[in-house]
Amino acid sequence: MKKSLSVLFALLAVVLTVGTAFRFAPAEGGYQVGDKVADFKLKNVDGKLVSLGGNAAVKGYIVVFTCNTCPYARAYEDRVIALNQKYAAKGYPVLAINPNDPQVAPGDSYADMQKRAKDKHYAFPYLMDETQDVARTFGATRTPHVYVLQRTGQDFKVAYIGAIDNNTEDAKAATQRYVEDAMGQLLAGQAVQTSSTKAIGCTIKWKKKA
Amino acid sequence: MIKLVRPLVLLLLAAAPAARAQQVRVVKLPALQQLLQRPTDTTYVVNFWATWCKPCIEELPHFEQLRAKYARQKVQVLLVSLDFPSKLDAKVRPFVQKQGLKSRVWLLNEADQNAYIDGIDRQWSGALPFTLVLNNARQRRQRFEQPLTLAELEKAVLAAQAP
Repeated sequence: MKKSLSVLFALLAVVLTVGTAFRFAPAEGGYQVGDKVADFKLKNVDGKLVSLGGNAAVKGYIVVFTCNTCPYARAYEDRVIALNQKYAAKGYPVLAINPNDPQVAPGDSYADMQKRAKDKHYAFPYLMDETQDVARTFGATRTPHVYVLQRTGQDFKVAYIGAIDNNTEDAKAATQRYVEDAMGQLLAGQAVQTSSTKAIGCTIKWKKKA
Repeated sequence: MIKLVRPLVLLLLAAAPAARAQQVRVVKLPALQQLLQRPTDTTYVVNFWATWCKPCIEELPHFEQLRAKYARQKVQVLLVSLDFPSKLDAKVRPFVQKQGLKSRVWLLNEADQNAYIDGIDRQWSGALPFTLVLNNARQRRQRFEQPLTLAELEKAVLAAQAP
């Protein structure tokens, strides 16, 4: 009995040590579908501060964590522009947020963001998440990473989290267009059927700890 | 026919000295899952990377160093490229040759990310780089959704092998 107990303790010790060896990205947790979103204020490329509540006309937002430098984010850039073209008029504009630390990803500085937004004629805000608090609160881990938010009264709730579609390399070959499907269902007053998906992307370039 | 074969043979001979780097094996998800589920007392260090992923490229030498250092132990390093299969000849193979990678390199030939990410590890969000350090006989599985140093890799391997 004693022996089996000590074996048990030894096992427990191993489990605990291994447990502490587990490490996750800084953005542990974050929002789940259905969660209420805390409003934020971030600086847009035009110098103005943008918040969710600042635009009373919208029914929601297509929030896209993205950046200048990630090849996967770039592969989706035109699709993000197209999403805004299609859904801004229906009350769901795109809100692009760059969460990368420019110290780690030099091409993602505020000046580079301004240039990219100008070159590609972004018709939506491109916000700098300088403290990375918004990305952390959302639980964003990568670029691109989409959160569709729906207004309910004064609040915004998460209706969809994940990828834009299921073919990064070739938009035309995508057989699932997750964000468009979710938007179609939201606009029709229906529940989003596929409310969470995963996709490959670039790890958010978190600030290096001093 | 012979006319065609000869230059091919010459080409192969010429390429031979450079062929010491690993060949890239193209696999589907079940082959990868089979490896991840092997019930042996071998520690697998499986790194998911891509040629377009800068932090991935920067940490690759650490996996090479780990492989060399633990070559006599039951430690296997596998580098799984998530480059598009269409980039195999244009990007992945030349990269592996140029870097002279000695670790095993696979390219995952799957397009549906939403399906295969969970098929690899349910706790993985899909961000690259991603590394699994596992030992199934000891029921150990560590996940790292971030670049790793050699010291961090060694720590993970030791934790996976611990009695």
